[in-house]
Amino acid sequence: MLYINCPHCGMRSQNEFSYGGDASVKRPELNKEVSDEEWDNFVYNRKSLRGKHLELWQHISGCRQWIKVERDTATHAIFRTFKADEEVA
Amino acid sequence: MTQAFRIENGGLINRDKKLSFKFNGKTYFGYEGDTLASALLANGVHLVGRSFKYHRPRGFFGAGVDEPYAIVQLYRNGETEPNIKATEQELFEGLEAKSVNCWPSVNFDIGAINNFLKIFLPAGFYYKTFMWPKSFWYRIYEPFIRKAAGLGVASTKHDNERYEHKYEYCDLLIAGSGPSGLAGAYAAAKNGAKVILAEDKPRFGGSLLTSDVNIGNQSGKDWAQGIIAELKTMPNVVVKNRSQIFGYYDHNMLVMSEKVSDHLPATKKYHPNKRLWYIRAKEVLISSGSIERPIVFGNNDTPGVMLSSAAKEYLKVYGVLVGRKPLVFTNNDSGYETAIELKKHGVDSVILDSRKNPESEIIDEAKNLGINIKNSFVVVAAQGYKKVKSADIASISEDKKQLGKIENIQCDCICVSGFWTPTIHLASQSGNKTKFKEEIDAFVPGQSKQNEITLGAANGVFSLEETLKTSFTAGSELSKKITENDNKIAIPNVVEKKSSQHDKFWCVPLPKGKNYKRFLDFQNDVAVSDVEIALREGYRSIEHVKRYTTLGMATDQGKTSNLNGLQLVSEIENKVVPAVGHTTFRPPYTPVSIGAIVGREVGKHSKPTRKSPMHSWHEKNNAVFVDAGVWLRPRYYKKGNENLFEASKREAKNVRTNVGVCDVTTLGKIDVKGPDAAELLNRVYTNAWLKLPVGKARYGVMLREDGIVMDDGTTTRISENHYHMTTTTAQAANVLSHLEYYLQLVWPELNVNVVSTTEQWAGAAIAGPKSRDLLQKLFPNSDVSNEGLPFMGYMEGDLFGVKARIFRISFSGELAYEVNVESDYGNFMWEKIIEVGEEFNIQPYGTEALSTLRIEMGHVAGSELDGRTIPFDNALDGLVSKKKDFIGKRSLQRSAFIAEDRQRIVGVVPLDKQTSIPEGSHLVKDDKAPLPNPKLGHISASCWSVEYDNPFSLAILKDGKNMIGQKLFAMSPLKNKVIPVEIVSSHYVDPKGERVRS
Repeated sequence: MLYINCPHCGMRSQNEFSYGGDASVKRPELNKEVSDEEWDNFVYNRKSLRGKHLELWQHISGCRQWIKVERDTATHAIFRTFKADEEVA
Repeated sequence: MTQAFRIENGGLINRDKKLSFKFNGKTYFGYEGDTLASALLANGVHLVGRSFKYHRPRGFFGAGVDEPYAIVQLYRNGETEPNIKATEQELFEGLEAKSVNCWPSVNFDIGAINNFLKIFLPAGFYYKTFMWPKSFWYRIYEPFIRKAAGLGVASTKHDNERYEHKYEYCDLLIAGSGPSGLAGAYAAAKNGAKVILAEDKPRFGGSLLTSDVNIGNQSGKDWAQGIIAELKTMPNVVVKNRSQIFGYYDHNMLVMSEKVSDHLPATKKYHPNKRLWYIRAKEVLISSGSIERPIVFGNNDTPGVMLSSAAKEYLKVYGVLVGRKPLVFTNNDSGYETAIELKKHGVDSVILDSRKNPESEIIDEAKNLGINIKNSFVVVAAQGYKKVKSADIASISEDKKQLGKIENIQCDCICVSGFWTPTIHLASQSGNKTKFKEEIDAFVPGQSKQNEITLGAANGVFSLEETLKTSFTAGSELSKKITENDNKIAIPNVVEKKSSQHDKFWCVPLPKGKNYKRFLDFQNDVAVSDVEIALREGYRSIEHVKRYTTLGMATDQGKTSNLNGLQLVSEIENKVVPAVGHTTFRPPYTPVSIGAIVGREVGKHSKPTRKSPMHSWHEKNNAVFVDAGVWLRPRYYKKGNENLFEASKREAKNVRTNVGVCDVTTLGKIDVKGPDAAELLNRVYTNAWLKLPVGKARYGVMLREDGIVMDDGTTTRISENHYHMTTTTAQAANVLSHLEYYLQLVWPELNVNVVSTTEQWAGAAIAGPKSRDLLQKLFPNSDVSNEGLPFMGYMEGDLFGVKARIFRISFSGELAYEVNVESDYGNFMWEKIIEVGEEFNIQPYGTEALSTLRIEMGHVAGSELDGRTIPFDNALDGLVSKKKDFIGKRSLQRSAFIAEDRQRIVGVVPLDKQTSIPEGSHLVKDDKAPLPNPKLGHISASCWSVEYDNPFSLAILKDGKNMIGQKLFAMSPLKNKVIPVEIVSSHYVDPKGERVRS
């Protein structure tokens, strides 16, 4: 079971969180023309990476904040976590 | 029965407490502190079961978790449990156990015929034989295999035992209380670290309980007891016996199963049977020791052949002799230690050592005691069927290929030692890549992956002195990092006898003309010849060899067989062992009860039960409840002998003619507040929200980004920047997360807060033509006329002194209102509505009537919003704004979603107006068409229309828009029904929606 450092609450067990997928996906802006391909990429197409992956988790049984977690999909090592509005360098 | 094999004195058992127990129906006696195995051996019982495949007689091989043979069916306190290791089961008064895998009895087992058919049962037998003909599979092969497979029999009764889960955090978790674990725990505890020390056996001390060593001028056993006694007094230390750490998971999470009650005749009141500990440790010290491995020889599965360390443990811990004429067969000094202990108790053994002339202090001691030692000698085969009677022995050449002249010597047991295998399971599970250590012919942990360190025998270190030194140091260093204390511990001096190098020899060759079975895996009857077949047939990967031959599988997971299997594969393949590699060690290390894993999450405990504030009223008024997610909701209120159908019809009819009241507390409620609240709603819902005035409600549909309907509900503008959103009961939590996702991640610039208020409000829906009259009486000071409170209007009111919210919204399709009060006033509100409503013939109605009302109105609910439908499918396309953008809008342009013949909701009426259509039925054009009959749609919801007094259903039907008036068939193979039906509008009742506005 992962041990996730919530930037708001500190170290918490995985069972307090729910997974939210790839954090690098950007929603196309509202009211903007979007091609089929662009939209498909946003809604459906994800890379199944081996290695470092920036992903979203929600601290659903805690502060309810969505956070970004940099995790290795092969080893489950968590390198860094970020608040929703934090820039990931 | 006398305990003929119990020695006069000695052992750690309590001889003052005699216990009686039954094995295979016969009564025996043992002592408190015995295991079932030691007590049986004390009574001279060696035959405990039959083997898995050949049904060969099985005895005891080990004395602990590694035991491959002694699997019994246990009976305790009216219950039974299969696959219990007799070597682990502690004796209690009245214990009953039976042999498994034998019929009619362990002494005469018909399945043993397989032993003579073994030529037909080689590796892969099942795979090869049951391939054809295909039709035989279900009728003959599968039932046969099922009958033959498995060991014990699981109970079919409800398990009344209680199992608990516990979450714990510590600085240092220590797996195993042998010398390494004790030293590490002691040093860390002295530094003030929070320590958990886990031992799977009832007694602490590990190898110190049986070894002949001195630590700090005490015997090893006494030293261990002293350390444990001191640890137990320390507030920062938890010591747990009967507790097996069986899994090492990510981020230093380990799981431990504590057997709280298995050693007692019955579980004590309020105690669990087992407790599962989830332990998050900062550091982990793996001190799991090592397990002796056997040497492979002919008929090495005969009862009476056992590990030499087990024989020593039975003697030193339980005061039990495993035989009176033992033969010790060894390739290292451990066998000598056993022989020396036996000699001290007056039992003369013969030692066969595969080595030519080894020299060490231990060997010298054996020689001085006058023990008969034969060097370069091996056991070729054990003789005897249900018990060892003698052994064929022979000298062996230096290259270990040639046997000398075979002679037979009398013996009643063979104690075998093929050196030691470190227990690296936990380290390997942690992600540690193990490495092969040539000097000990076994794998040890390599570079640490998590915060774990493996020390002592588990790390391939068999010198006590070195083990203590490294473990004391590790305990100090690891704890110092955490507590920043540095209390120096003096490492005690150690007296131990030095050992000589073991012999790499592991398998005795077959003598000419003999075809003895030489077993590698005793639990699964995997012999050397089976592995040879697998390799001959092309299996190369050790993982494949394992699965084809079943080597290392089953309940012992090859604790005594894996390494010898690897040796064999590497020999045949002419590779070194590390190149072959070992199979993956996966949790659990030992079998764990399913009950322990499930814990308290059984039945109603698996989820919290949520009840509305009016629950007790419903109970008092004969409500029959239904689970709605985690909520309990009244399904109907039973009157007299009514059944569900009659009651719900009565309740629904009363709504259509008078007035009804329904508990709608369970609806999800979310407060949406802030200057940008309207903008958020406008983006979340498909319809327009920017111009909704204060005091008005609106129905909205929200989509996922893929265009699928996520949820629907009404949202009301309470004040300028305050909206009250409702969701369906089932989607409440998901909708809140959905809103939070967009507010926190996608549009953080929106100044809005959302919070769940589901539990803050109790809700009652008042529906029916007389609902306004009732409402007026409930709120005499409010103007609830059609003008004062029009359809989709909202106002606050005073309900006999309680502040209430009144919404004019309708799910039933009748003139209807929803009244909300703060939860604590819910019951007050409900009782007032019932009391005042009496003159209007009010009746409460449950979810069944609620469904009936919404179905015949064509209102969609969860059965239509099933995660596969878009607004069009639900005839909600009128609510989809063409002007503004919203979540999921772009997806609605997908070709499938705008297809001409897109599925759409319709009504379905059986032609005979009698037969109810089962939900889930398929709609087809031709009921006689060959299977698979093309499906045009499915029935999503069915009811008995109280308006027309005939069955009515909703369906999602391909090209539904153009199918009105068509005749189709509803087919339900499950219910074996074919019903001719007509397609009608989904708005079966009041299609113009006049009632809600009346």
